[in-house]
Amino acid sequence: MSNAGNTRGERSTWSWWYLLFLIQFVAVLWPPFYNKAEPALLGMPFFYWYQLACVVVAAVMTASIYVITEK
Amino acid sequence: MQNVNWVALSVFVLLFGFITWLGFAAAHWRKGDLGQLHEWGLAGRRFGTLITWFLVGGDLYTAYTFIAVPALAFGAGAVAFFAVPYTIVVYPLLFLVFPRLWHVCHKHGYITAGDFVRGRYGNRWLALAITVTGIVATMPYIALQLVGLQVVIGGLGISGTGWVADLPLIVAFLILAAFTYSSGLRAPASIAIVKDILIYITAFAAVIVIPIQLGGFGKIFAAVPHEKLLLAVPGSNTTGAYGAYATLALGSALALLLYPHSLTAIFSASSGRAIRRNAALLPGYSFMLGLLALVGFFALGAGVAKLPEFAAGFKQFGNNFAVPALFLHSFPDWFVGVAFAAIGIGALVPAAIMSIAAANLYTRNIHCEFINRSPTPGEEAQLAKWASLVVKAGALVFIVFVPLKFAIYLQLLGGIWIIQTLPAVVIGAYTRWLNDWALLVGWAVGTYAGTAMAISQDLKPGYPLKLGDWTLPGYTAFYTLILNLAIAVVLTLVLNALSARRPAADATVAADYHA
Repeated sequence: MSNAGNTRGERSTWSWWYLLFLIQFVAVLWPPFYNKAEPALLGMPFFYWYQLACVVVAAVMTASIYVITEK
Repeated sequence: MQNVNWVALSVFVLLFGFITWLGFAAAHWRKGDLGQLHEWGLAGRRFGTLITWFLVGGDLYTAYTFIAVPALAFGAGAVAFFAVPYTIVVYPLLFLVFPRLWHVCHKHGYITAGDFVRGRYGNRWLALAITVTGIVATMPYIALQLVGLQVVIGGLGISGTGWVADLPLIVAFLILAAFTYSSGLRAPASIAIVKDILIYITAFAAVIVIPIQLGGFGKIFAAVPHEKLLLAVPGSNTTGAYGAYATLALGSALALLLYPHSLTAIFSASSGRAIRRNAALLPGYSFMLGLLALVGFFALGAGVAKLPEFAAGFKQFGNNFAVPALFLHSFPDWFVGVAFAAIGIGALVPAAIMSIAAANLYTRNIHCEFINRSPTPGEEAQLAKWASLVVKAGALVFIVFVPLKFAIYLQLLGGIWIIQTLPAVVIGAYTRWLNDWALLVGWAVGTYAGTAMAISQDLKPGYPLKLGDWTLPGYTAFYTLILNLAIAVVLTLVLNALSARRPAADATVAADYHA
């Protein structure tokens, strides 16, 4: 079969660092974590500012994974 | 409807004129032979990290998104914020899967998902299923972009009766059709830069200026009815709103990148590395989308729905008029022009990419596969240019003659349909293990079940799945994807057991999938 075997020493396509992506999934796909109004930030309920903060954290995590695995 | 807002209209027309010029001038940008399909339809795969950022951002975060997400917040409250987790979880997928697809497509000259599936599985009928799904899911999406355009044109105070009412829309679409025909993907890529800058300016102005006018976030959120502020806590024996919210976010994320226009924008990147970098940079748009969702609450806080000057707009466009009304209410006229131009141009960029993507699919996977098997490169590119015109004309006819709600229903069904291509495309990027006929049956059952479930729920996105004593409300696309996958796996096992193992057809090798 033509797609067998990947033993010619190419850069591996898997890195254990990718498991960090799971944190992003759990953090935003489990609403019981964040479906509440308090603590509010500048008058914005927790539900909203938590998810917006997750965008920033996810972007920084993805950038870190990129830098680490691109070596 | 209110009187024509001349200042706003002038700014709007000026910016529209500029992007029209830009769209035609783009033909000379990073010059290539536009008589070749990969040059017209993928801009020669030469876009680096930054242009890809503008292009994919301009493509995925559409005008309809900027109107509909705040409108959902305005009407339904917290559930609209699913757009934020949705656009968070989509990027790990972009990071992991799509560089692999980019590499194999670059290596073999594939420009569509249909090309990839044809090469990977050697099955033209499976490729046809992927192709038809892509085209059918894209058409109503193009039509919905016109809704964004229609709402801002209405907001500028332009109205009329009969065909005159649709004239501005038709003019905008003729412009779009002309520059797409002449410049291909280079046109939306260059216009996306202008559009995205305008959208960022608008979003940040809205989130800073309007809360100050309204007396701060505390006051705005205090005006939101309690039941809309948070998700309803589920009762016993159900996952309630929590399950619906999470599956809607995850299912939408899994579907998004499978749309032909997403793949077209991703494949036009110059390297797998540019795609991975964008997985870290594109959340910039997600953040902005989250801010814009809040604008729906601002509209509640400002009470625009009760102001007499907006009554006609709400009557015509429903909650989709919330954002334009708020902008008219809060911004000086010249800035209303900027904001509306941002949304209007924001409609043209994805509409152009969608029509190019659908044209690429028709040309490569229907015409060249079933009608004329050996066109010259020039004939192939010319055919795609004509196909892009047909696709856009179809969308225009749809929006002018068919009630708006059908476009929305079809776009919703489109999400359920396009996700059924995931097993062949995404799993195919990793392994050839799944049998191609098993994939085809999984696709057919998933598509049929998803359509039937959506119709049984009056074309709402959620389905209350019963499991023993439990009710699990969730996104239909997500449930039917699981069904599709299960069928593909079981049938593959059965077919492998029944037939003598012959080597599966596969034009690709493992080394094609990475640098």
